[in-house]
Amino acid sequence: MSNGKKMNLSLKIWRQADKNSAGEFKDYTVNNVSPDMSFLEMLDVLNEELIIKGEEPVAFDHDCREGICGSCSLYINGRPHGPKRGVTACQLHMRSFHDGQSIVIEPWRANAFPVVKDLIVDRSAFDRIITAGGFVSVNSGGAADANSILISKDDVEYALDASQCIGCGACVAVCKNSSASLFVGAKIAHLSRLPQGSPERHKRAINMIKQMDKEGFGSCTNTEACAAECPKEISMDVIVTMRKEYMKAIKEME
Amino acid sequence: MELNAKIPQGDLKDKWSYYKGNVKLVNPANKRKYNLIVVGTGLAGASAAASLAELGYNVKSFCFQDSPRRAHSIAAQGGINAAKNYQNDGDSVWRLFYDTIKGGDYRAREANVHRLAELSVNIIDQCVAQGVPFAREYGGLLDNRSFGGAQVSRTFYARGQTGQQLLLGAYSALMRQVGLGKVKLFPRYEMLDLVVVDGRARGIITRNLITGAVERHAADAVILATGGYGNLFYLSTNAKGSNVTASWRSYKRGALFANPCFTQIHPTCIPVKGDYQSKLTLMSESLRNDGRVWVPKRKGDTRKPMDIPENERDYYLERKYPSFGNLVPRDVASRNAKEVVDEGRGVGESGFAVYLDFADAIKRLGVDEIKMRYGNLFDMYYQITDEDPYKVPMRIYPAVHYTMGGLWVDYELMTTIPGLYALGECNFSDHGANRLGASALMQGLADGYFVIPYTIGNYLADHRPDGLDINAQEFETVEKEVNDRVGKLLSVNGSRTVDDFHRNLGQIMWEYVGMSRNEGGLKKAIKLISELRDEFWKDVKVLGRNEELNQSLEKAGRVADFLELGELVARGALNRNESCGGHFRAEYQTQENEALRDDENYCYVAAWQFKGDDQLPELHKENLKFEFVTPSQRSYK
Amino acid sequence: MGWFIKFIDSSIGKKIVMALTGLFLSIFLIAHLAGNLLLLAGDGGVKFEEYANFMAESGNIPVRIVEIALFILLIYHIINGIRITSINRKARNIKYKKVDASANSTFFSRFMIQSGGIIFIFLVIHLRSFFFPYRFSHPEITMYEAVKTAFENPLYSGFYVFAMVLLAFHLNHGVQSAFQTLGLYDKKITPIIKKTGTAFAIIICLAFAIIPLYFLMGMGE
Repeated sequence: MSNGKKMNLSLKIWRQADKNSAGEFKDYTVNNVSPDMSFLEMLDVLNEELIIKGEEPVAFDHDCREGICGSCSLYINGRPHGPKRGVTACQLHMRSFHDGQSIVIEPWRANAFPVVKDLIVDRSAFDRIITAGGFVSVNSGGAADANSILISKDDVEYALDASQCIGCGACVAVCKNSSASLFVGAKIAHLSRLPQGSPERHKRAINMIKQMDKEGFGSCTNTEACAAECPKEISMDVIVTMRKEYMKAIKEME
Repeated sequence: MELNAKIPQGDLKDKWSYYKGNVKLVNPANKRKYNLIVVGTGLAGASAAASLAELGYNVKSFCFQDSPRRAHSIAAQGGINAAKNYQNDGDSVWRLFYDTIKGGDYRAREANVHRLAELSVNIIDQCVAQGVPFAREYGGLLDNRSFGGAQVSRTFYARGQTGQQLLLGAYSALMRQVGLGKVKLFPRYEMLDLVVVDGRARGIITRNLITGAVERHAADAVILATGGYGNLFYLSTNAKGSNVTASWRSYKRGALFANPCFTQIHPTCIPVKGDYQSKLTLMSESLRNDGRVWVPKRKGDTRKPMDIPENERDYYLERKYPSFGNLVPRDVASRNAKEVVDEGRGVGESGFAVYLDFADAIKRLGVDEIKMRYGNLFDMYYQITDEDPYKVPMRIYPAVHYTMGGLWVDYELMTTIPGLYALGECNFSDHGANRLGASALMQGLADGYFVIPYTIGNYLADHRPDGLDINAQEFETVEKEVNDRVGKLLSVNGSRTVDDFHRNLGQIMWEYVGMSRNEGGLKKAIKLISELRDEFWKDVKVLGRNEELNQSLEKAGRVADFLELGELVARGALNRNESCGGHFRAEYQTQENEALRDDENYCYVAAWQFKGDDQLPELHKENLKFEFVTPSQRSYK
Repeated sequence: MGWFIKFIDSSIGKKIVMALTGLFLSIFLIAHLAGNLLLLAGDGGVKFEEYANFMAESGNIPVRIVEIALFILLIYHIINGIRITSINRKARNIKYKKVDASANSTFFSRFMIQSGGIIFIFLVIHLRSFFFPYRFSHPEITMYEAVKTAFENPLYSGFYVFAMVLLAFHLNHGVQSAFQTLGLYDKKITPIIKKTGTAFAIIICLAFAIIPLYFLMGMGE
């Protein structure tokens, strides 16, 4: 049982009315924070206090609060999802902070992820990249028996390591180049490793990378910050796989 | 109102084939003239939108999240059932059908459940073809595990992230259609009302969650796949945004709401820590395979668990159910936890928890084996509670997890409003009074990939596309009502926050309409909810404007609907004078404190019709006929 | 050829070009170092002069071809690097208030353009001191004497050593990164590549840096 003491924290939070307004940092204090609270619950408490005072609450994206939906998008004290590795902000608990600490909370910063309001950004660029090729072209019905395709355990485990990406965008947020390579690489690695995804692997690599570049993400310079901060701990390997797929696809380029 | 389920003729196993063989079809060239609306992008919504677009229909797909990929199906852990019998252990479509209908405590339709079992095998094929990385054996074949008390291994899984992988599969199919121009996507849009024209569902009114713009969308049919209403209880394993608004607005426009009181409470969740708690986290029920559930024998025993000697512990499930022990079904395990907590023997700071102890299992199997079986769950528990379950017993408590009730639909998944369909958790159809583990994913995908593509044609074939104009009077009227409601929420300017009301409602629901219900409590709940609702409209504080991203306003609209639904759930529970599945009425139990079903008087689907804000809803009964199985009393002693 | 332009102009193509040119330049460093180490032969520059004259010979066609290729690749490496950096910087107009970069990446990986920039300045000075005079005209003093004079100046030697430290930083990230960019990444092999890359960076740059120190300490004859 944790009997941690209650904490008082000072927060510096980015406030921005909408996409077209200029934003600024505002200072807040939250008192009596329990170390067992999640980071988002701490923000809930702040918002409740703000509403009662008649001040507009801080807008932030969140939904499942169990680390899988990928909605969380908070840059906390200079790191996406805060100081703990392998967790999203909703799974980050206040015991990772100490009494009297000041915490800077910013939205993801990337031109491809424009701020919508306060800490909420528009990540539809990711959806458009998937639309460009992050799928297997099969219609519903008519699929062969599932066991007619043999897939080695290694291949399926590799595919699953990659496909567990939650699309949160922490990789873009932390990358000094705002590169989306880990996200794009994860989908390319997942599908190219499986026989189902192989027939259109070249087309997929070309189209997804073309879309990635078009959205205004930077390019990967192998700092590996994305893999270090990915809440699902997706490996750099997927980026390397993406490049290999792209190189193999060269013969299909027009 | 006569409720016609439109069950096809023939033997149980031939009904779906017969239906498919005789259903009306829409000419491929005509399909592109139809516009369809799909609300929700979870397993049911995404698979439906993708499949319908593949057929050639024009689809508009709506979700309130910023991307369709974030729908809460993504959080499902355990797996998906299918009667493949790959393990050669005696599974069959019949057995899956039988387990599901029995698990639902004989409160579901035979024909629907059998179709679900039949389609289960196609789902796995479809998902594998999409590239869903289900677990494999070394030989390259698909692996299975047993789940939810089934006697066969029929559950397909992808680590503890099956829901995520299935949803990403459906999402990728959806995005492919977006790329092909057949689906138009509307993320961060919330459906706020349904538009009915000449008795048919012809469109919806939405609010753009970024700009606040209230918009009209017309279509030839509307498909809801908007999930369950577990957040009625405030604390649940649902996502924070999960809500009942689309279903509830449709109910108020004439769709019947069936079995609202059938709510599922999952026994193994991480207990509540403090008032600030916003959400409950589920721990897979597989933990009960090796963990032992206990509480101290003595009331108010505050010693540390390790300091309580063996003879002062009460392993109550093992004591009361010697043959099933810790593996009793979800509803039984949950109810017993509540019982010991009510006796004052709960553990932890709040007293609202019981121990799930792995000490014996670790002694028997070793830490490494336990780590291999449950490592990720133990890590998650540690992350949230800061306690090491390898050393200290876990504390668990039941939490609201799933709602079997929902919009009434016929065999074709059409509600009582022609042209309005309900898929997945938002309908009531397949799980009766209790859902088995790994069956929710199955139902969502069956509805979306394989049922709606057939059944919608049967309706559309009779209704030529007429290019209904969104300037029709009906759209105007409903849009005005939506705007008025939004305006009203913003103008109250009271003193209590939306969350405050929601928490309050949750407390009432949990206390009186939760795991164990009784007549007095339900009547009290109805009164309390109605008072709370009045107070809400007098004293809620919603800041800001409509014309902006306003999360308080979004929540306020959802909570306002929960405040109405809560009463219906209580009324439904009050009406059902029996105990079955997730619905336990304390007055109706066997001498051994087990659920006592009343097949003579309550073997029906209770479908409620909205009669006006000041009127009581009207009950319509769809009698359930069991032609192929014989209902029996469940016993786990 | 449209496809080729598209390929090398894509975000990944640009990086592949960076990796290939970088690796070529790294190989050049080995050859260049081997020649320069003749300065330490202790023979008053006899062997070094032989080597220098051989390399500067206009009729030495293979060397001339490699020389041109080297300059083209070097310039491409620089321009491409600047382009990548500029695109990458433009991908984030509004910067973070607080960045805890050391929590997730190495110092070396984050400052490639800066280390590259200083190496470029060094190269300009370096080429002006030795390459251009001896390649295109015939100065009165021997190249060995020119080197000796330059390196006996503490300022010049100091800058040379400083540039070598930055070259080591640049190579430390660059070499292993190039292998990753070209598709070599493996749980077992990558740690070896990373260590080898670091060792390469240290050995090459240390060896280069010994030369000015050798003359600075008056050991040149």
